[in-house]
Amino acid sequence: MDYVNLFVRSIFIENMVFAYFLGMCSYLAVSKTVKTAVGLGAAVIFVLGITVPINYWLDTYLLRPGALSWLSPEYADVDLSFLSFIMFIAVIASMVQLVEMIVEKFAPALYGALGIFLPLIAVNCAILGGSLFMQQKDFGGVSEAGIYGLGSGVGWFLAILAIAAIREKIAYSNVPAPLRGLGITFIITGLMALGFMSFMGIKL
Amino acid sequence: MADNKTKKEKSPVVLFVAEEKEPLLSKKNRKLLSDPLDDNNPITVQVLGICSALAITVQLKPAVVMAIAVMAVMAFANVIVSLIRNLIPNRIRIIVQLVVVAALVILVDQVLKAFAYDVSKELSVFVGLIITNCIVMGRLEAFALGNGVWKSFLDGIGNAAGYGLILIIVAFFRELLGSGKLYGYEVLGHKGVTLAESTGLYALGYENNGLMLLSPAALLVVGVLIWVQRSRNRKLIEKN
Repeated sequence: MDYVNLFVRSIFIENMVFAYFLGMCSYLAVSKTVKTAVGLGAAVIFVLGITVPINYWLDTYLLRPGALSWLSPEYADVDLSFLSFIMFIAVIASMVQLVEMIVEKFAPALYGALGIFLPLIAVNCAILGGSLFMQQKDFGGVSEAGIYGLGSGVGWFLAILAIAAIREKIAYSNVPAPLRGLGITFIITGLMALGFMSFMGIKL
Repeated sequence: MADNKTKKEKSPVVLFVAEEKEPLLSKKNRKLLSDPLDDNNPITVQVLGICSALAITVQLKPAVVMAIAVMAVMAFANVIVSLIRNLIPNRIRIIVQLVVVAALVILVDQVLKAFAYDVSKELSVFVGLIITNCIVMGRLEAFALGNGVWKSFLDGIGNAAGYGLILIIVAFFRELLGSGKLYGYEVLGHKGVTLAESTGLYALGYENNGLMLLSPAALLVVGVLIWVQRSRNRKLIEKN
């Protein structure tokens, strides 16, 4: 039951896009059509679902104050947590490289459509944000961390899918010229975020 | 990419000397500094660096600290990557850039923790997220990989200033309208429990707009900023 609670929380209440504004750059740039949005969203779910548990292990057995005590008791007061940024980003960058190769091999059309944004998942703030929030939250075990990662990915996927669908439709409406494109997308995202705030305080 | 490769064949020393002949703040170089403030603003035109920009603009103070931190990281990252740009193999350049940026961000994070602990607590993960702030990577990819050291430095400062400008404008409106303060000072008067205890505007029955403190307000403020900017500067208007 706890897992379901955590999963739903990370999708809706702590939505990466609408609650923390993470992954905004690719969210705004790749959301012109639903098709590419789905591709990027799936890639983000995959990368988040893998990197958060890996980084959880790294954090527990390497980085945290006293984490090295499994090696020998004399390392018990070693604190490597200042290295966490560089460790996390290295894991993420290599995972993204892997995803890039897989997509290039099995879905060349999608690879062409995503273009520059596939390698840029490495610098998608939502991915590193997932790992850093995981570090802050002090999860009890690796399965919790994995579910949190998957949930955050699904939340990001839903968000980009929704905005892409709206943007496809808004092409037919008469938006004031200076507001076209980026401006109206910002305002729509703001309104969607207001909507998502209604999930706040829901306990499962 | 193509002109990037042609430049790579020249030795870095020759490029550097050729630039030295130009005055340090020539017209072209000044443009590097001023362009990102309006015509080519990283947030409202290039769509870079939005992630961290919006989450820390509830108050002016963290916004100012963030702007300074990003400026330091960008300027030095641009300089370092520009220095080694002819040595980086193209395939692994993203990882190399990330390592350079991550090392600089660790420095900034440790300095903040040592000298401004309360602000560092407030910024929480967002200092770390400077690493993945697309503005840093974006400018490294688009500029520092193909330009000399001094120009890259100016580009870093200019873009960070454009980013900081938007950050500070948004934070100004959110803090003023949301909590009636600026940089922590109560500029609109003091709000007491009852009307009689209040001073300034609050004595007239003014209320703070709670919406401005919530995260969606940042998106709305930036949306309106883009609207204002593009109606003044009509060449930025998008087709659709």
